[in-house]
Amino acid sequence: MNQPTQARIFTLKIDGVDVAAREHETILELAQENNIFIPTLCHLEGLTEFGGCRLCVVEVQGSNRLFPACMTTVTEGMEVTTDSERLRVYRYMILGMLFSERNHVCSVCVSNGHCDLQFLAAKLGMTRVEMPYLHPSMVVDASHQHFIMDHNRCILCQRCVRVCGEIEGAFTKGVMGRGASSRIIHDLNGAWGDSKTCTSCGKCVNVCPTGALAEKGKSAGEMVKRRDWLPYLRSMQED
Amino acid sequence: MMIEKFAAITAEERQAENEHDHTIKVCVAAGCLSSQSNEVLTALKNGLGEHRGCHVKGVGCMGLCSQGPLVAVATKTNATPQTVMYQNVKAEDATEIVQALGKEPVARLALNTDVPFFQRQTKIVLENCGAIDPERIEEYIAAGGYQGLLTTLTESSPSEVIDEIVRSGLRGRGGGGYPTGLKWTTVAKMDGPGKYVICNADEGDPGAFMDRSVLESDPHRVLEGMAIAGYAVGASEGYIYVRGEYPLAVERLKIAIRQANRLGVLGSKVCGTTFDFNVHIRLGAGAFVCGEETALIASIEGKRGTPRPRPPYPAEHGLWGKPTLINNVETFANVPAIIRKGGAWYATIGTAKSKGTKVFALAGSIQNTGLIEVPMGMSLSEIIHEIGGVPIGKCKAVQTGGPSGGCIPAAYFDTPVDYESLKALGSIMGSGGMIIMDESSSMVDVARYFMEFCMSESCGKCVTCRVGTVHMYNLLDKIYQGKAWRRDLNTLEKLCDLVMNTSLCGLGQTAPNPVLSTLRYFRHEYLNKLLDGAEDGRMATAATTQPLEARP
Repeated sequence: MNQPTQARIFTLKIDGVDVAAREHETILELAQENNIFIPTLCHLEGLTEFGGCRLCVVEVQGSNRLFPACMTTVTEGMEVTTDSERLRVYRYMILGMLFSERNHVCSVCVSNGHCDLQFLAAKLGMTRVEMPYLHPSMVVDASHQHFIMDHNRCILCQRCVRVCGEIEGAFTKGVMGRGASSRIIHDLNGAWGDSKTCTSCGKCVNVCPTGALAEKGKSAGEMVKRRDWLPYLRSMQED
Repeated sequence: MMIEKFAAITAEERQAENEHDHTIKVCVAAGCLSSQSNEVLTALKNGLGEHRGCHVKGVGCMGLCSQGPLVAVATKTNATPQTVMYQNVKAEDATEIVQALGKEPVARLALNTDVPFFQRQTKIVLENCGAIDPERIEEYIAAGGYQGLLTTLTESSPSEVIDEIVRSGLRGRGGGGYPTGLKWTTVAKMDGPGKYVICNADEGDPGAFMDRSVLESDPHRVLEGMAIAGYAVGASEGYIYVRGEYPLAVERLKIAIRQANRLGVLGSKVCGTTFDFNVHIRLGAGAFVCGEETALIASIEGKRGTPRPRPPYPAEHGLWGKPTLINNVETFANVPAIIRKGGAWYATIGTAKSKGTKVFALAGSIQNTGLIEVPMGMSLSEIIHEIGGVPIGKCKAVQTGGPSGGCIPAAYFDTPVDYESLKALGSIMGSGGMIIMDESSSMVDVARYFMEFCMSESCGKCVTCRVGTVHMYNLLDKIYQGKAWRRDLNTLEKLCDLVMNTSLCGLGQTAPNPVLSTLRYFRHEYLNKLLDGAEDGRMATAATTQPLEARP
């Protein structure tokens, strides 16, 4: 985040290491600057924070609560723990929940090998899903000329919704429904291909962490996503 | 001048009242209306005929909703004015009631008011409920309404108002119990202009109808409380967020706002001073999560009603990014009384840490279903056995606080009702719904019911609440159906811990409470339902008859 040059500087501890941070900086940004890994899924640099995946929760000394690192700003003298037995257990279970929620089958997925969810599962040492699969019946929207939306692989991180509104300014994507029946929709729940507002820019496809959004014509493992353009577009907007 | 206007209205009301020897009050709040009290009202008006000395009017809730429609007849002819109450009145009974005016009451319908249900209550929030016509501002003013606002605006500074609220010790009645004075101070200290006051009337707990009754019976009281709050914190716009399922409350609020604007006690230049306060109504579309303050704000802004992490709290960054004061209906309804009678008076009622009274909605297997207002610190046993009329030993547990609360077993009924004691028992005060359960209720089923509620009301934003509630519901259902094992119970407990600690908003964080509290007090009911629930982990007989593939 660009802050005025007069921003105050705080000193605090992350995992026992003394670090300096600018006012308004989030714990996640600070951790990334200091090469400390905090798992994230809904966070993406260049988009507004969402706070929905709960994977980035960290412990802050003096509070029993857990704080989402992506949305908690630093304060003077804060002592943050980004990795502990308790956090590891929670993150493992949350990841398991994501896998159990819809129908994630890596071997046949276009994003196999390039998927954020799969990457985190490997990184956190996940070998099996302990929770029973819910196996909901989800649809695939292949009405768009270039892209496919496969709700089976969606984790509702809403990166696509945010990039569509914040960066492209089209506001084609949205969410309908509540709880486990929420899903991504286009315009007023019409077919993607019929959307009059979609500019077919493909930004949503590239920010999608899984194979839920993909280009047509890609086979298993062939969908590689590019996101390097996002921070530039955001900084151009801010200037 | 407003003060003369008030005096004139009061005098007029008194005079009109004195012209009649009898006043018949018919409850027209939602409870009695649903048993056709409007027909009773019409029948009484028609049945009056040539009887000149009598006046019939619709009033708000009288409390004992289960015996509705309720009718109260106030008589002044005798040496001492007296009130007779009738229960279960039907339109056909109208002539009989009219004929009995000034004579012996109709014994068949008479309701004995000399019982704890009526005698043990202390009415502050509900003082006008069942006494005044909610659709006439004149009656509210004649009952002392808007006088607090007038004296506040003309005689006190905003900081004096806040001091009075701090002195009263009032705490948020929406459930959390956050000190109201502190909240007001925070918002008042933020830089203006452009602050907002929001009244949270998105009451969604199953079995709770306190806010609904207050809005339907005495809407001006809430408006006055909001205006005083607006003056204290420096806001000139107020919003009331009412759930769309309360059409009658919305209708009466609209009437009240129109009347108040016309009289000059709301709108621009309130009471002839420089203070402006406009109140708007926003309707909820049935999402429980919109009672959470950040989701409520998003909903008012026209966005999808989903919460966001706090801090920043709405006091700092609220509606349209401006400092915002959010209080519950009942909190605002307490304010006019505190301003009129003083914070010190209010602080004499209640316990050391929880001051004043609390309105509870009694429901479930209880004789006196309805609305009560009692001082904080009254024991659960007094509320349930004496006021509620449940015989001792006939009640297994009480559920307080809705889906965020818990079940308290009968063994703990001596506990005084205040924020801290209920929390210590693993439940919460909540907004004030009390569901009484008898021996026939299965606690696993109760937990399953509330989990189903949370599952369908989760907004879907954060993973743990969205998916966690589904898994917990499935496990509870499995346990209830007798198909679960000990390891399922372990998983359930692990999930409760996870969802409680990692969910984004209050809905998810408190969703496991009904499970945790029933597990704490009724663990044996869970174990009895498990296939291998016996003490030594031995399989129950049912398990051995299961087909092989059903075993772990």
